[in-house]
Amino acid sequence: MKKIAFTTSGNNLEAEMDPRFGRAASFLLYDMSQQSFTILENQQARNAAQGAGIQAAETIVRAGVDTLVTGHCGPKAFKVLEAAGVAVFNSTAATVADALEALQAGSLTAAAASDVEGHW
Amino acid sequence: MAATSRNRSFRIAVASGKGGTGKTTVSINLAAMFGEPVQLADCDVEEPNVNLFLRCEQLVTEQVSMLVPEVDPGRCTGCGACGELCQFRGIVSLGSRALVFPELCHGCGGCAQVCPNAAITERPHQIGTVSVGQAGSIRLVEGRLDVGVSLVPPVIRAVREQLRDDMPAILDAPPGTSCPVVATLRECDYLLLVTDPTPFGLHDLKLAVALARELSLPCGVVVNRAGEDLVGLYQYCQTENLPVLLSLPDDRQIAEVSSRGNVIAHALPEYGLMFAELAAKLKQELKTAGGRP
Repeated sequence: MKKIAFTTSGNNLEAEMDPRFGRAASFLLYDMSQQSFTILENQQARNAAQGAGIQAAETIVRAGVDTLVTGHCGPKAFKVLEAAGVAVFNSTAATVADALEALQAGSLTAAAASDVEGHW
Repeated sequence: MAATSRNRSFRIAVASGKGGTGKTTVSINLAAMFGEPVQLADCDVEEPNVNLFLRCEQLVTEQVSMLVPEVDPGRCTGCGACGELCQFRGIVSLGSRALVFPELCHGCGGCAQVCPNAAITERPHQIGTVSVGQAGSIRLVEGRLDVGVSLVPPVIRAVREQLRDDMPAILDAPPGTSCPVVATLRECDYLLLVTDPTPFGLHDLKLAVALARELSLPCGVVVNRAGEDLVGLYQYCQTENLPVLLSLPDDRQIAEVSSRGNVIAHALPEYGLMFAELAAKLKQELKTAGGRP
């Protein structure tokens, strides 16, 4: 667990989590060793007519992410993330900071499959 | 007349822009009163409903499929060339074996072309069906998209391919003015636009007329649920040089007959005459197209 992506509608650790993955507003990329973060916008996937989840998965894989914390992840995105070796955690935390804390405390379990149908 | 090779009988598309104006009602009744054997193509493949009215005794059904990639895991090196080419995320490769998402594939075959390791072959993937049946003098060709599939035009093309050349055809288009409608209108000779005298009806009629202009298709108008024209529909048709070939009144009996799945032209003879007249006018229009927007 080196680089974690959180789906968020804001741009800092106190920002709200975005429950969506494919059409999330942005990703907060948290670097565990540096304990710092950057914001990666999800513009391309949000504007896609179809395949937003796949596009979003590509975006974070290319950014070097190995762990994803989000509200829900659909089947196509999950398939791409799984093939790329990204661990997926579902969280209902209100803010990115809360989700990070829960992840570090070990209270989130890695998802074995997508937790929702496509286009949920 | 549309510039097509004239070794086949004419094809009339029934479209509308706005949904629920009565395209299917007009198509079926026109076919019923056509005065000669005619083909009726249900191109609203996302929700085909013509056969609810025709009730053909027997339908012969064929699969419609599209070629999608299949990856040989032994040959794929995960180079990513296929995924870079695909604009629809139908195939994705991120340093691992390429993953195929058939429901997003558009069947272009590009991935198989760019694969440097010949790891991609193509296999047919079913996206829908085309059924052919007969009801009296009407030969039905019905397209039906499989549940969960979003690629409509290939199924409509398959419907068109099932149409015979030696018999005229009426094509019942899906609503709107996007790709499925364009796929229906290809190779048609005349466009019959069904509308109603409402703001939405007129608004979407204008979009459909713009589409007809783009495709250089002559067209005429059927006004359904005609009553008081509060939106200037007839004025618009006159200005645009669009002949109004039929005005169907807003009559409760029509709704009652339709709701039972019966054909108006058969159940209500006075309307049968109106559709026979529409058929005659259309045949005249096909000889000397009056309305070319």
